[in-house]
Amino acid sequence: MADSLALLWRQYRFERHLFWRNPSAAFFNFLLPLIFLALFGAIVSGKRHELDVIVPGIAGMSVMATTFTALAYNLTFLREQGVLKRMRGTPLPSGIYLGGLALNAVTNAAIQIAIVVLAGRIFFGLGWPPDGLELVVFVALGVLCFATLGVALSHAIPNFESAPAVVNAVFVPVILISGVFFDVKHVPSFLRDIAQALPLDHLITGLSGGLVAHHGGLSSHLTGLWVLAIWTVVGASVAVRGFSWEAHRG
Amino acid sequence: MMSEPAIEVRDLRKSYGELEAVRGIDFSVQRGEIYGMLGPNGAGKTSTVEILEGYRQRSSGTVSVLGHDPQTRPLALRQRVGIVLQSSGIYNQVRVREVVKHFAGFYPHPRDVDEVVELVGLTDKRDERARRLSGGQRRRLDLALALIGDPELIFLDEPTTGFDPAARRTAWQTIRSLKDLGKTVLLTTHYLDEAQELADRVAIVKGGQILAEGSPAQLGVGGGSRYRVAYVRDGEPVIHQTDDPTSLLHELTAAALARGEQLEGLSVTRPSLEEVYLELTADG
Repeated sequence: MADSLALLWRQYRFERHLFWRNPSAAFFNFLLPLIFLALFGAIVSGKRHELDVIVPGIAGMSVMATTFTALAYNLTFLREQGVLKRMRGTPLPSGIYLGGLALNAVTNAAIQIAIVVLAGRIFFGLGWPPDGLELVVFVALGVLCFATLGVALSHAIPNFESAPAVVNAVFVPVILISGVFFDVKHVPSFLRDIAQALPLDHLITGLSGGLVAHHGGLSSHLTGLWVLAIWTVVGASVAVRGFSWEAHRG
Repeated sequence: MMSEPAIEVRDLRKSYGELEAVRGIDFSVQRGEIYGMLGPNGAGKTSTVEILEGYRQRSSGTVSVLGHDPQTRPLALRQRVGIVLQSSGIYNQVRVREVVKHFAGFYPHPRDVDEVVELVGLTDKRDERARRLSGGQRRRLDLALALIGDPELIFLDEPTTGFDPAARRTAWQTIRSLKDLGKTVLLTTHYLDEAQELADRVAIVKGGQILAEGSPAQLGVGGGSRYRVAYVRDGEPVIHQTDDPTSLLHELTAAALARGEQLEGLSVTRPSLEEVYLELTADG
């Protein structure tokens, strides 16, 4: 057990090391949410109600981008390049290798949430998160949910060239209908219904409770927690069953 | 234990749906031996090797690698085996020495990192990022990553494909040095000269079966291959294949003398490994 943890820690540090060595990845991971915050903050020019929508929205988008998008890309890349297959031939246990990849994504999600919280406080005068527990629970569940869905989606991506198209075809519509950039009250009801069936909308609602407005604690978000949990189970089961260590040939 | 072969394969079969890629292969590789599987692309070499490496499940037959069944991917086996895949990637951003060092951490008794980097001839490139390496240099990095765990058995799947002749000579030198260290090597290649240069024994594989097996010298002379007797009659070349050239020559020369003719351009040749290979693997 101690050996496994040491191996996992070593693998995690290796992934972090390589992550920081790729400046464009670091840029998109940490600057993009800041740019969005700055742009939308400027557009709504500090109106409190709008900020209360945008800050949790961008936090939710950050969770999705660092886990769902990043893992779908990375796993497709690693699979198509043959890195997964090479790792599979070493004595490093597969679970530890994949655990290193996942923890790398989780770290990025945590850093982005911290950036969003700090930027909200420094630039827009928002307070510290009013409900820390709710924030932590929703971030944790959101990370788990979108990480499993990202791995699951990578199975459906036939090659690395098509990865951006496939991932964005999911990511962009989901962030639009889930109220990342505007209050979903103004969205047609059939789109509302779709968004309600998907996890991001519920994640944002939960993050909103944690980050900007104390809604009445976790117990007021039971539906959201259930939806996230169900998607996590679906994602995990597809992620595990469909997992392939090598590129599909022919 | 030492007398037990490193690899033992009996009636191995592998199907992908309708396609039967491996159709009843038997062979064994002794410890300390370089065993070559020679055959055209699609012969079933890679399928066979990937079953031995634990990447694929066999359809039937028995397989033992260092006393283990590779299908269950036991850790004890993965610690004793080094794999150079036909093609496999590496993180673009990683540096040569750094990734070799990282991989060393996966094994209980790794070799010295700098020594292995030196062995594959990448000392000059040890701080280079993987993406900046040439194809041949990447292949040498593949070899370094396969050797860092000090494996007893090394799988080399088409190790020099795409090399220029000089790089190939250097790679051969490195592979021979593995034998000097007492390692067992299973090599697949579609280069005849590579099999001839490196392998103690060669299996010629086609259509998922071993068509002939033996040392390169044996395969060239014996191994079921035949002598060729050729001459020219009425301006047309005549070629006979025979296992018994003495009797055939006697008949041919007797008949020619009886007719009062010469056997023009008479030659008797023993096929080289190359001819055996081409004959066995010819289509149809």
